[in-house]
Amino acid sequence: MSLLRVQGLGKEFGGVRAVENLSFSVAQGIVHSIIGPNGAGKTTLLNLLTGIYVPTAGGIYLGERELTGRPPYEYAAAGVARTFQNLQVFFNMSAIENVMVGRYRHERCGLAAALLRFPAQARAESACRDAAAELLEFVGLGGYLGAHADAMPYGALKRLEVARALATEPQLLLLDEPAAGLNPTETREFETLIGRIAARGITVVLVEHNMRLVMGISDHVLVLDYGCKLAEGTAGEMRADPRVVEAYLGATVH
Amino acid sequence: MSAQLAQYLLSGITIGAIYALVALGFSIIFNASHVINFAQGEFVMIGGMTTVSLIGTGLPLPLAIVAAVAVAAAMGLALEKFAVEPARGAPVVTLIIITIGASIFLRGLAILVWDKKLHTLPPFSGHRPIEIAGAALLPQSLWVLGVTLAIVLALSWFFGRTLLGKAILATSHQRLAAQLVGINVRQVVFISFGLSAALGAVAGILITPITLTAWDVGIMLGLKGFAAAVLGGLGSGPGAVLGGLVLGIAETLSAGYLSSAYKDVIAFVLMLAVLFFRPRGLLGGRVTERV
Amino acid sequence: MISWLASPRTGGMLALIAAIALLPLALSNNYFYEVAILVGLNAILCVGLNLLIGYAGQISLGHAGFFGLGGYGSAILSARYGWPPLAALAAATAAVGLIAFVIGRPILRLRGHYLAMATLGMGVIVSIVVSTEDGFTGGPDGMSVPPLTLAGMVLQGERVWYWVVGALLVAAVWLAQNLIESPTGRALRALSGSEVGAEVLGIDSSRHKLLVFVISAVYAAIAGGLTAHYSGFITPGKASFFHSIELVTMVVFGGMASTFGAVIGAAILTTLPQVLTVFKEYEMVAFGAVMMGTMIFVPKGLVPSLAMMARRRPVRPRGSNR
Repeated sequence: MSLLRVQGLGKEFGGVRAVENLSFSVAQGIVHSIIGPNGAGKTTLLNLLTGIYVPTAGGIYLGERELTGRPPYEYAAAGVARTFQNLQVFFNMSAIENVMVGRYRHERCGLAAALLRFPAQARAESACRDAAAELLEFVGLGGYLGAHADAMPYGALKRLEVARALATEPQLLLLDEPAAGLNPTETREFETLIGRIAARGITVVLVEHNMRLVMGISDHVLVLDYGCKLAEGTAGEMRADPRVVEAYLGATVH
Repeated sequence: MSAQLAQYLLSGITIGAIYALVALGFSIIFNASHVINFAQGEFVMIGGMTTVSLIGTGLPLPLAIVAAVAVAAAMGLALEKFAVEPARGAPVVTLIIITIGASIFLRGLAILVWDKKLHTLPPFSGHRPIEIAGAALLPQSLWVLGVTLAIVLALSWFFGRTLLGKAILATSHQRLAAQLVGINVRQVVFISFGLSAALGAVAGILITPITLTAWDVGIMLGLKGFAAAVLGGLGSGPGAVLGGLVLGIAETLSAGYLSSAYKDVIAFVLMLAVLFFRPRGLLGGRVTERV
Repeated sequence: MISWLASPRTGGMLALIAAIALLPLALSNNYFYEVAILVGLNAILCVGLNLLIGYAGQISLGHAGFFGLGGYGSAILSARYGWPPLAALAAATAAVGLIAFVIGRPILRLRGHYLAMATLGMGVIVSIVVSTEDGFTGGPDGMSVPPLTLAGMVLQGERVWYWVVGALLVAAVWLAQNLIESPTGRALRALSGSEVGAEVLGIDSSRHKLLVFVISAVYAAIAGGLTAHYSGFITPGKASFFHSIELVTMVVFGGMASTFGAVIGAAILTTLPQVLTVFKEYEMVAFGAVMMGTMIFVPKGLVPSLAMMARRRPVRPRGSNR
């Protein structure tokens, strides 16, 4: 059963075709990786899948719903969450507040209630804080409960973005190069985290360069090159596919 | 063409050339440093007022002009060194307040050094208006247009053909890359302030015989030059010139045919229109943001 | 109980109330009361403006325009059309809110410098119109404004106004703080931290920016109307670009993203010109120098800088590269 379906998707930037005629689907409940050389259009694709870019061609469907051309907050409302390759952490807030912002979709707060501070507000705030603390623990940032975002190390910030994305209670989580800049130990920890997220029933789409991580955790792999689909299948199939090896993997894969 | 229309067009191009020079000053600084220098108008004022003072001491006009431009350029350099550079990297709001503080400071200085009265300069080559298509053109207007044209040509040669000029352009497009190829970005910013101040001063000197000068002429001239820069496309040299001319003509035409009381408003109405419908301006490049 | 008292919010509120209650002990004549009232009125405006600049991370170089529209609107309705002043004030404020709502949408699509320029243009246009339509506004010389009446009682006199403005300031701060600490406030701060990061979490950035823009315009209009009725007079200078810059400087100097910082900024920069008159003809030079100096040496603003020194934690400047 496919959760996400992309049909004939295209994105052009004044003559440069970042993504061209791309069609694929992501089944529910799996870990789906997207790999490809630099410039293959992976980040562009993620931006399209979260409404940050508007496609110049084609369609994006989540379940029954068409989301093509909708603004980012509608993608979020439909249950799509993401992390960023270039961190978009809220450095002006604490770690727990960053995650609390992720709960925004699930907090209903009218203007009068906000301005006049109804008692129900205080209770809701407390519940929100607890939920955020729990998520920080889940991603392994329990030690940063009192920390401010601008005092946290890079590896922790990457996981903070994950916690924040999980706070939206997504159906689909898009991770943009989560292992970039992490050492092997941190990468292994991230691999475990992705496994735990998938175990919660969340469909994960992973854009990555780190082949060990991709091969270790993916149920399905899509290979992009120059904005087009080069091949797709299981990790093992991709490792053996001569086109993929030639374009991207090189002679040996660990 | 009716004589009245011709008159409006001629006055419009004249004041438009002044706006163009001020706008060029804004664009050059914005390009080099992404700072909007709200003190730009004060250099216009300094140019005119300093020339008036120097002539008062007996100096011949051409020397007074050169000295006044040099004084303004020096003040521009001082502004960059003492007010803008220490705040390098600060958010947009902070830099805006700093340059506005500088403009207040310079106006205050003008009151101290000079006074609050209106002053004038003699026209460079006589008073007798020349008749063109039934309209009267002041000889000073010819100076305004001629010098502005010469400056625009000189600047395009400078930016297109000299190493320093190209370095300034490179910095405006990609600051980090410019640094990596050895361009001293701080020096580029420094020079751009001096250059813009000089441009402003020239504008002030050229227009004083026609519109007089005083301690506060910089306010409106600065804001309108700014509107012209936005109109043409902030950061675009040709845009600054086009914006200035369009603004000048729009101003005189609307004052003549619509309402002279609202003459000053047209500049800002045009600026808002551009920002709402085409923020990059008439000739500005497209702005893309990478995520 | 102790932690409730020590929390920045309650502590700040109590300090503010205490300051307002105790200040009259130090005010020995009407002139000082007048300065205090002006501080209070500016502070109300700055609290609202700070929501826009400090918390939502936007910029406005034209807020004196809203102040002027509120002031002139109330003045014209009460002086020329005989409306009861309180109704005139309410109507003018509502009208300004509506205007802000209408122009807010297109204006807030712009960012950074472009937004600054658009708000600047808007403010200048208001000040020119107000100066030119002398049939309504009395032109460049301004117009006189009838005093406020509350339940048949005329509000006049420094002492009366001091308590009125003091109470309104406390209310203004309380409302703003509530907003900031609500999910909406968090969303605003998130937008200021990273607009795209906030949007993918489901936050509609244009709706939030518009909300804050309108709220800050309403605060400004109320301040403008009150100032007009208090002074008995209003001039086009109140809507000028220079006044807009003064207001932004108050907010930035006090410390962005700090409601109490906005109050302190208003207090210091409203009293400063009074202090600077000592310099006589050097007043303008001194003011310009102070503006430059504070932005160069205390760029984060007074309150965050003091807080930073107290905590000794590095504060990452907004917009820096990593």
